[in-house]
Amino acid sequence: MKRFTSRLFLATAAAATLAGGLHSCKPKGGATSTASADAASKVYVAPGKYDEFYNVVSGGFNGQIGIYGIPSGRLLRIVPVFSVSTESGYGFSEETKPLLNTSHGEVPWDDLHHIALSQTNGEHDGRWAFANGNNTPRLARIDLSTFRTSEILEIPNSAGNHASPFITQNSEYIVAATRFSVPLDDQNGDVPINTYKDNFKGSISFVSINQQSGEMNIAFQIRTPGLNFDLSRAGKGKSHGWFFFSCYNSEKANTLLEVNASARDKDFVMAVNWKKAEEYVKAGRAKKQAVNYAHNVYDENTHTATSTMKKEVLVLDPTEFPDLLYMIPCPKSPHGTDTDPTGEYIVASGKLAATIPVFSFTKMQEAIANKSFEGNYDGIPVLKYDAVLHGEVQKPGLGPLHTEFDGRGNAYTSMFVSSEIVKWDIKTLKVLDRVPTYYSIGHLSVPGGPTTKPHGKYMVAYNKITKDRYLPTGPELTQSAQLYDISGEKMKLLLDFPTTGEPHYAEALPAALIKDKQRKIFKIEENTHPFAAKGEGQAKVERKGNQVHVWMTAIRSHLTPDNIEGIKVGDEVYFHVTNLEQDWDVPHGFAIKGANTAEILVMPGETQTLKWKAEKVGIFPFYCTDFCSALHQEMQGYLRVSPAGSSVALHFSTGTNKAAPADTSAVKP
Amino acid sequence: MNKTRFSRGALFTALAAAILLWACGSNNAAPADDTAAATETETPAASGFAIEEVQVNSPLNAEWVAAGKSMYEMKCQSCHKLTDEKLVGPGWKDITKRRTPGWIVAMTTNPDEMLQKDPDAQKLLEECLVKMPNQNVSKEEAMQLLEFMRQNDGAK
Repeated sequence: MKRFTSRLFLATAAAATLAGGLHSCKPKGGATSTASADAASKVYVAPGKYDEFYNVVSGGFNGQIGIYGIPSGRLLRIVPVFSVSTESGYGFSEETKPLLNTSHGEVPWDDLHHIALSQTNGEHDGRWAFANGNNTPRLARIDLSTFRTSEILEIPNSAGNHASPFITQNSEYIVAATRFSVPLDDQNGDVPINTYKDNFKGSISFVSINQQSGEMNIAFQIRTPGLNFDLSRAGKGKSHGWFFFSCYNSEKANTLLEVNASARDKDFVMAVNWKKAEEYVKAGRAKKQAVNYAHNVYDENTHTATSTMKKEVLVLDPTEFPDLLYMIPCPKSPHGTDTDPTGEYIVASGKLAATIPVFSFTKMQEAIANKSFEGNYDGIPVLKYDAVLHGEVQKPGLGPLHTEFDGRGNAYTSMFVSSEIVKWDIKTLKVLDRVPTYYSIGHLSVPGGPTTKPHGKYMVAYNKITKDRYLPTGPELTQSAQLYDISGEKMKLLLDFPTTGEPHYAEALPAALIKDKQRKIFKIEENTHPFAAKGEGQAKVERKGNQVHVWMTAIRSHLTPDNIEGIKVGDEVYFHVTNLEQDWDVPHGFAIKGANTAEILVMPGETQTLKWKAEKVGIFPFYCTDFCSALHQEMQGYLRVSPAGSSVALHFSTGTNKAAPADTSAVKP
Repeated sequence: MNKTRFSRGALFTALAAAILLWACGSNNAAPADDTAAATETETPAASGFAIEEVQVNSPLNAEWVAAGKSMYEMKCQSCHKLTDEKLVGPGWKDITKRRTPGWIVAMTTNPDEMLQKDPDAQKLLEECLVKMPNQNVSKEEAMQLLEFMRQNDGAK
């Protein structure tokens, strides 16, 4: 059940949004464009009504994913992914700790940049969301029926997993391409940094998805020159079977990249024929390399994650397979590389370029067949720019970053430097419209935008600078997202909505796809947690050396046992709390005084464990933290801690009132 | 003079019930089902929940009794004793003599709706002040629970 505070907060937020909309203040000295007169009615979702789209938004440096409703912009949920959460106990409970395990030990934070929603036949299918951990390279899978993190996979031979986790049209693969080239994991990394050109290599991982369970597995890696991979998209439709990666630093600079990686006039979009790669791997032509990485999977029946260290990866060296990779020259440090809904056009945005080049997949195939190469880059053929170019969008604006599509032949490109979105015609390359963003847009997102069938109704801008858009909150401000109506010829600003963290990419899918598939409870009958107490009769306390295990049950409105004695200083107490409720929206929380970790929130039918160390003699109250019933306040209990070596026997009860045996010995004379 | 007066006790009960209803609002305000969101709170029907008639076994079905017992231990025991002692909810002793089999099955499988519509269920809520939770019990399982209750009440 919701807590009082969250209800109040939502109500306040709704009122504030409404008031803000009516007030519609002009930013001082800012651009003049404001929302159109009918904007309020287009984003108003009446109380009790639902939004049209779920918006799955990366949280950047907060390591989480935010779920928002579109068009209202209402925050529905924060999903902890790479960051621990004291609110739910994610990363603190014994069950969820293994999810954050890596070859570096437990890493409780990461920088989550991009979202990829699972697809079937090029359309969203509402099964899973995938996200990348940028800093300690990882991929995560979020189950869209529970909105919880189900799996985290570490990526070896990588550093800065930025060009990730873009997905193929039947969810065959998601990719993980390294932003930093580095010495490989099986080499001595103790080398002078200025030997970059000799010792640093790039890696692209193709991670296969099990179509039933969703489980991720590194199918193979492709070893590349020491480039920096930035972003990526899978081909689709006619270009299905290919993947496109933007790269910068073809100069292979290792210092002051701002200047030294911008020296060449052109970097590359690297085209990967992954169907070919698949064939080579199948034919046994990939080489095994020794690595060490963690694969962590959460089980919804044991309610527990397990972490497995894996030791090997299959690698393809493109110099042995000349038809695997092709370089497309692309002006000036390309950032976004996006394929249009037909799969014919590949849009690459050079951050420093004055034009947006659009490449043709058909022309690329012809150029490959005709060997229209202008040379090679570390043995990889470089295609002739003009041979693969469909054309350039002239004078689009400054600092093009990312492009999304509406399914009606139009493209929308975010312009960071000139702080605007530019709409242009993919075929004619003519600029059709432009709208300002507040301020300095990074990513943009159209619901279904990266699929073969975009829902060309809304577009969201995720801005990098907030400045004066909201009531100021000291030096640190909320994040600025903006919703536009793109159903007509002109783009119209509808709504500002604040988001958490720093959103990078986001994807949105129709609510109807997943709304009715939501998991409401975990069946208590199916709970196979080794410490589950499936009924109050199974509640107990057992000692194993200095470990004390408490099988505890929670139901409105008592915890069993609620009187525990015989704990001694130095004991590690494991509270295994099983929520016996079988009704939707009735989690129970568990917190105990002095816990230097977190609380745990336990969903109906689930078991979660909080480990607590007895460090002081005394009485330690515990209680349910999630308002559950009229007698929620009464849902409480006591733990007695006696000195080490005390003879107070282990004792537990609920509803009786006996003291622990041998009690007298604990009382000091 | 025919002035109605509320005793302090009655006032407290009413207040507590109000708080309870409010606190459990998300369950009570008819959450949206498959088709569309609920627009506002449903007004409870003037009377009654369509309670289906239930045929009982004679003699008792031993398998059902055993299944009902383990269901009781997992989902019901936290709040209901097998004696006549009230814990969170009423003790089960003689429940099969106080209630019809149909009422027991309805209350076990569909407590939310019963609490909205059935006067007896509502009366119990006023006494216990904790809404009986929906424990996701199927009709079949409810029949097994009923069998176990009947055995507890001495049926053969």
